[in-house]
Amino acid sequence: MPLHTDRTYEQHLGQLRTSVLEMGGLVEEQIGHAVRALVQRDQALARTTIDNDHTVNRLDVEIDELSLKLLALHQPAARDLRLITTALKITTDLERIGDMATHIAERAIELSAEMPIKPYIDIPRMADLARDMLHRSLDSFVHEDVELALGVCMADDAIDQLHEQLFRELLSFMAEDPKIVSRAMRLLFVSKYLERVGDHATNIAEMVIFMVKGRSIRHLDKVPRDL
Amino acid sequence: MLDPALTRARPSAAAADAPVKIAVRELVVHYGATCALEAVSLDIPAHRVTALIGPSGCGKSTFLRCLNRMNDHIPGARVSGDVTIDGDPVYDPGVDPVALRKRVGMVFQKSNPFPKSIFDNVAFGPRVHGERDAVKLREIVERTLRQSALWEEVEDRLDRSALELSGGQQQRLCIARALAVDPEVLLMDEPASALDPIATAKIEELIHELKSAYTIVIVTHNMQQAARVSDVTAYFYLGRLIEVGSTEVLFTTPSRQETEDYITGRFG
Repeated sequence: MPLHTDRTYEQHLGQLRTSVLEMGGLVEEQIGHAVRALVQRDQALARTTIDNDHTVNRLDVEIDELSLKLLALHQPAARDLRLITTALKITTDLERIGDMATHIAERAIELSAEMPIKPYIDIPRMADLARDMLHRSLDSFVHEDVELALGVCMADDAIDQLHEQLFRELLSFMAEDPKIVSRAMRLLFVSKYLERVGDHATNIAEMVIFMVKGRSIRHLDKVPRDL
Repeated sequence: MLDPALTRARPSAAAADAPVKIAVRELVVHYGATCALEAVSLDIPAHRVTALIGPSGCGKSTFLRCLNRMNDHIPGARVSGDVTIDGDPVYDPGVDPVALRKRVGMVFQKSNPFPKSIFDNVAFGPRVHGERDAVKLREIVERTLRQSALWEEVEDRLDRSALELSGGQQQRLCIARALAVDPEVLLMDEPASALDPIATAKIEELIHELKSAYTIVIVTHNMQQAARVSDVTAYFYLGRLIEVGSTEVLFTTPSRQETEDYITGRFG
């Protein structure tokens, strides 16, 4: 695609893409740290993760400001307009993922004070899936890759199933031994947070498809064949 | 090479419910040896605003001028193809260009009032077409000055020279003058390019009001203006019609890369 005749505009759009990517990379790392803090019972790492959330929030505000500046100064159209509106919406999802990382880190601190009720197997698997979905959704944003984005939308079922499975398992644990209810509930929250990360990654992938194709596939039961 | 199917008239959402006012088929224009328009076909919907956009030299003004045979006056201009208004051929040998221009009025980039009074400017056309009745002339002047949103600013000085008006007022006077002969189609060639933002906004508001009574075709270099005022947009490049569609679609999800590059400011 040819570059914009207006170099400043081109430069600002480039900066917008970079900032979204930077924010995405950061929240992906935050999720990784929070889950590691949980599994390794590392309170210091959990606290650092919580502290780092303000960086995510700062990027959120910066991207909003840059997007508004682009809208006000350049009257973008077509593909450029979709890039900017998509960036505005993606950052909301990324900011929420950042919050999920904070919540996981908070549960990690609480759980580190008590004995684990079971070895962590499903949670790290869910975290890997969620981070992979997030990573691929951001790749699809940068490379404007619809196939990759569609793959992310398809992947959400796996993480939902793990959450269901863990829910049933923890429910039976709680029924057997009411003393572990508070720990089991906290784990269930973590599972729910990770399931939400998958949902946010799916949102991002859907918005990328809109950005590239100019057609929304959100709120459809099935992905249309003729994208 | 462009797909010839795409340079043909394509129905658009905004125009789908409107009958065709002007049908243009295979229009070719040469200025001497230079080909200014290459086989353009386009349907212009009635009571809609159709915007023609594209870089300088793309043929949009040439296309506009073909609709009321203004190219007849240009030495060396040759026109072929069909233009019909409500089915009436524009280029038949029997067509009187003066009668045609009564049906198809025009407003130019630079406002060009006659060095006469405001009243006489507006009454000029009806008088040429034989209207002598002072009461009727007065009615026409008031009606068209109201239509062009100028009446309240000039009603107490209709006998003053039109040249005393501001640029924006002069342009609205020219619109009133074009409306005075009761045209069906209004062609506008960059009607607001010499005006400040407030006068431009008034002209654009006027265009919105006028489309219920007239079919409007506007040439503009200002893409935001095309986006604001038109229902249908046609993008011309190097004498070809690249894409035509509802304005909303053309500015959000154009079908052709050339259109996308132009409207997003990638001029190569």
